[in-house]
Amino acid sequence: MFAYLVRRLFLMLVTLFGISVVIFFLLRIVPGNIVDILFAAAGYVDPADKATLEKELGIDQPLVVQYLHWIGGFLRGDFGYSYVSEKPALQEILPRIPITARLAGLALLFSASIGIPLGVISAVKQGTRLDYALRVISLSGLSLPSFWLGLLILTASVAMFGQMPIFNPNPQTYLEAFATYAVPAAAVGFRSAALTMRITRSSMLEVLRQDYIRTARAKGASDAAVNYQHALKNAILPVITVIGIEAAFLIGGLIVTETVFNIPGVARFLVEAIRWRDYPIVQNLVMLIAVVVVSANFIVDMLYAVFDPRIRYTD
Amino acid sequence: MKEATDLVLEVKNLKTVFFTNSGLFKAVDDVSFTVRRGETLAIVGESGCGKSVTALSLMRLVPDPPGRIVGGSVTLEGTELLALDETRMRAIRGNRISMIFQEPMTSLNPVMRIGDQIAEAVRLHRAMPNREAQDIAVEMLRLVRIPEPARRAREYPHQLSGGMRQRAMIAMALACRPALLIADEPTTALDVTIQAQILALILDLQKELGTGLVLITHDLGVVAQTAQRVIVMYAGKKVEEASVEALFAAPKHPYTRGLMASIPAVPASGLAAQARLNEIPGTVPSLVRLPPGCPFAPRCKLAIKHCEAEYPPLADWGGGHLAACWRAAEIAEVA
Repeated sequence: MFAYLVRRLFLMLVTLFGISVVIFFLLRIVPGNIVDILFAAAGYVDPADKATLEKELGIDQPLVVQYLHWIGGFLRGDFGYSYVSEKPALQEILPRIPITARLAGLALLFSASIGIPLGVISAVKQGTRLDYALRVISLSGLSLPSFWLGLLILTASVAMFGQMPIFNPNPQTYLEAFATYAVPAAAVGFRSAALTMRITRSSMLEVLRQDYIRTARAKGASDAAVNYQHALKNAILPVITVIGIEAAFLIGGLIVTETVFNIPGVARFLVEAIRWRDYPIVQNLVMLIAVVVVSANFIVDMLYAVFDPRIRYTD
Repeated sequence: MKEATDLVLEVKNLKTVFFTNSGLFKAVDDVSFTVRRGETLAIVGESGCGKSVTALSLMRLVPDPPGRIVGGSVTLEGTELLALDETRMRAIRGNRISMIFQEPMTSLNPVMRIGDQIAEAVRLHRAMPNREAQDIAVEMLRLVRIPEPARRAREYPHQLSGGMRQRAMIAMALACRPALLIADEPTTALDVTIQAQILALILDLQKELGTGLVLITHDLGVVAQTAQRVIVMYAGKKVEEASVEALFAAPKHPYTRGLMASIPAVPASGLAAQARLNEIPGTVPSLVRLPPGCPFAPRCKLAIKHCEAEYPPLADWGGGHLAACWRAAEIAEVA
């Protein structure tokens, strides 16, 4: 178990290093930097001015030096200054994180708490009308892009209530906070819930055919005990993997959803920063997201060991 | 009078059918038998003859759909099982009647500790705190002769060998001291050396606990060692029933004779080994479109015209030796 943990941790560090290199150099491959963009907007280019500004921002140095400078700062928690706002990048990023984190957390919570039970029900009631209905709904969830679903929700609420849900930056009660985040989270989480449901269903169907399920019934266990204690415990592994992957994919969905619902979160901010080639913001933010995704994978690996003794004891 | 109270299980005219896309087939067709306290009844036949479905029917665990018990009665200790609702059947399953399966490798839940799985069987039927149930689980593991039972109880199935797992399955099945134990090919998946150990264990425990045993097997060697009575099944029907001695001394049904002839014999010293094993030509027919006559007729060397026209009645040939064959009377001379 300990060896498993250490190996996973080591792999995680290697992955993060790889990601940092890819982020850094991909960003440099994209044509133009902030200076080009600024001067292009002004319509006037004095090569001397341009060189001065590039020197000031440190983007005239060799790429390797720039990389080491950045990654060293990242490790120390020094994110540099935003090219655009000229404020410390950390100050720009930090206040936006909780907004996106709440949104993502709520979306994942939706997808697990709706997707898993419905998947179990669908598998247990295989071939019934309920099963078909749930499968059609989940298929629609997979086919609806979250931004379009978001737009539909906004349009519908205007049509039906005459107003649309407006982002409330300072909710006073938990209920208000929930109301603020629930609708966009549901729009993003619908797809994950649908995917979670489908994976739970197929995994449960596979497990329900196993001999040990028959053994459990032969002991005299009730349907509920067989389905939730014996079967789900075995069927949950692929579901955990999918939820872990979804946690990463969620960021992509959030970019559009935050834009549609006008939520000042990290995801929308990232898109703006990319447009300005605001390297300190983009690099550090993407790196932070990478840390979150890799950590989510690490947690998935650990959960595997918790749920499956065969993994725990192989070392 | 004593005989009546001794009766653990009475099966009468059991009929289990499967509804499949290619049609309805009778997996168990009009099968009757009884098991007394401490008695071992063997059910013998080839794969697909309906012996496992018979066992699952007794447990009322036939997967529905596609299967369903459509007729007959199963009486366990005076209770008609087929009339019980699911809740009352659950109280009996694993408690008064329990079952050991063929595949010890896959019959235990891989993510639950052995002790927990046995304790669960106990707690489903006896109100007691988990600690006590765990103690019983360890006690049961000791009873099935697993060394270091307390440590094994905390382990997971993948940490145990096949033989150990089957012992754990037996411990689980016997944890509530059932009146009837069904063992569906309990040794088929095991090594030959382990097979003998597991069989000896089942028989010892059966004697100790006075359990009635239904042993399902295709191995006549096992039958000869363990059972008091035997029923032979073919294509869902009981074709012969007799005490072990009577069956091995004078089998009445050509199918039983065929099964016995296909046991490889060790050649007596000085004699050349048999060149080739005897076999019964062909396979068990599809149960979907059975001919009106005897389903064994197409494979039977002794078949006559009449065999294909009409199914032979199950006749008593003396001393409770039943056989369903038109030519059973002549079989001793013909074969």
